[in-house]
Amino acid sequence: MSAYLLRRLAQSLLVLLGVSFVVFFILHLTGDPALVLLSPDATAQDIQEFRETMGFNDPFLVQYGRFLGGALRGDFGRSVRHDEPAFALVAERLPATLELAGAALLIALALAIPAGIVSAVRRNSAVDYVSTVLALLGQSMPTFWLGIMLILVFSVWLHLLPSSGRGTLEHLILPAVTLGLFTTARITRLTRSGMLEVLNQDYIRTARAKGVAGPPVVWKHALKNAAIPIVTIVGIELGTLLGGSVITETIFAWPGVGRLSVQAIYNRDYPVVQAAVFLLSTTFVLVNLVVDMLYTYLDPRIRFR
Amino acid sequence: MTPPAPSAGARALALEAHASPVRREWLAFLRRLARRRTALFGLCVVAVVFVLAVGAPWVTAWDPTEQDIGSRLRAPGAADEAGRVHLLGTDHLGRDLLARIIFGARPALMVGFAAVAISGLLGLVLGLVSGYFGGRVDDVFMRLADIQLAFPFILLAIAVIGVLGPSLPVIIVVIGVSSWVVYARVVRSEVLSIREREFVQAAHALGLRDGRILVRHVLPNALTPWLVVATLDMARVIVIESALSFLGLGVQPPTPTWGGMLADGRVYISTAWWLATFPGLAILVTVLGINLFGDGLRDTLDPRLKV
Repeated sequence: MSAYLLRRLAQSLLVLLGVSFVVFFILHLTGDPALVLLSPDATAQDIQEFRETMGFNDPFLVQYGRFLGGALRGDFGRSVRHDEPAFALVAERLPATLELAGAALLIALALAIPAGIVSAVRRNSAVDYVSTVLALLGQSMPTFWLGIMLILVFSVWLHLLPSSGRGTLEHLILPAVTLGLFTTARITRLTRSGMLEVLNQDYIRTARAKGVAGPPVVWKHALKNAAIPIVTIVGIELGTLLGGSVITETIFAWPGVGRLSVQAIYNRDYPVVQAAVFLLSTTFVLVNLVVDMLYTYLDPRIRFR
Repeated sequence: MTPPAPSAGARALALEAHASPVRREWLAFLRRLARRRTALFGLCVVAVVFVLAVGAPWVTAWDPTEQDIGSRLRAPGAADEAGRVHLLGTDHLGRDLLARIIFGARPALMVGFAAVAISGLLGLVLGLVSGYFGGRVDDVFMRLADIQLAFPFILLAIAVIGVLGPSLPVIIVVIGVSSWVVYARVVRSEVLSIREREFVQAAHALGLRDGRILVRHVLPNALTPWLVVATLDMARVIVIESALSFLGLGVQPPTPTWGGMLADGRVYISTAWWLATFPGLAILVTVLGINLFGDGLRDTLDPRLKV
């Protein structure tokens, strides 16, 4: 068990190293980071001085080493726009993003797992049909459109919920539903197909033959086995949720990392962009590590691979 | 004495026997696919969108970029002085919404096809090599895949496009290069089982070189799951394209894009509901059509495939 976890830990570190390289590389995409960071009307002398002070004249790998050293200490340079350390700016916004993603995930799980189970148990019933169609629609609907439509109905027409900002629970409802929709649809479909597969297994038939009937078969025998792919997808979906927060936060003016980074890109505030991409990716990698540990609990066979 | 003329049925049988096995397999596949009504429906939707996009200038009487400030924000069904009807109304610059939606299908499909071609090809090659050779190569590619998957994709895409500046080629390449992982994983797992099959071992025993075995014997058998992934990925790419244009990082105005129209519509949400509603419906219908077709394709080809 510990050997497996150690290997996973080493893998995660390797992934984070790769992430740091790509994040570092963003600034070097156009060839000259000085031109990216400075305003277009900087003189040739400005550019030369800036290059020297930022160390852009050093060899590529030396620059990367310096960037990595800084990143490990949470130092991504100062925000060009806010004149604050970029990392502090992003870290300050992280709770808002986690709150939104967490609420979206909760909504998704609360809706999707019961819907998927009922669909599978009552296969080809009206309930199954409705939930399948809804899931398909949910998977095909662009989040930003859903967000705008929800604002139109619940804020503009019905005046029930606020259309932007953060604070009360009411502020959270529309963004969380918007962000969670795609994930809800995916987990519903996955739970349904997973349960269908498990319900056909011999051990379920055995349990039924032994006289275990109705709900206990579903909850005790089937769900734990169907849970394995669901747990995996939850880890992956968290990446989708963190990425999706970029759009959802923009629509609802939610003060999180996503909105901050979109604004930072418009303002050419690249230290903030780098810090944001790095922090969100790290969160995602850590969550997947936790998911893998959960996984070994659900399926002991994995420990011995 | 001439033999009796064969019956129609017998002739069809004879024809089928003469057709190459590959063609017969394809025919059987198409027949099975055609029995899935939702898949056929999806295919029809996609075909209609495609035809509209290609024939856009002939389908609509309006120029999608022609502004008419005098008749801005007209509700659906409103007519101008000449009596021409704006079926879906006009936007904040008086442009016909329907014409813009029809022309907006062009960048969406263009990015969809081109990005899927790039990522599909990349993923196919990496998956084939990774699965067939295994070992070090496999380790390296699969770690690369992990790194790729660790990124919140859309954030990385907007960061890169933000630096390089938005243009059609940049968008296509960014989406294409960063979407290869699903293809590579699916193809790899397929290759892992194919490479143990007798016909591959036979090819080895006959002394065929790896390259030839890969292309002639492994590749054709790994194409099925690849095709399913490509279809479903197309839906994802179209949503991403519209998300990028929604954020102002897609194909730039005045070219109409669905995402860009949605962004405009969001500003006028309290006065002109149709502005944001219809472009979103266009995305929904197109993506739904592709998803329906993709699901049908998967269920026909390999119901156990988890994509």
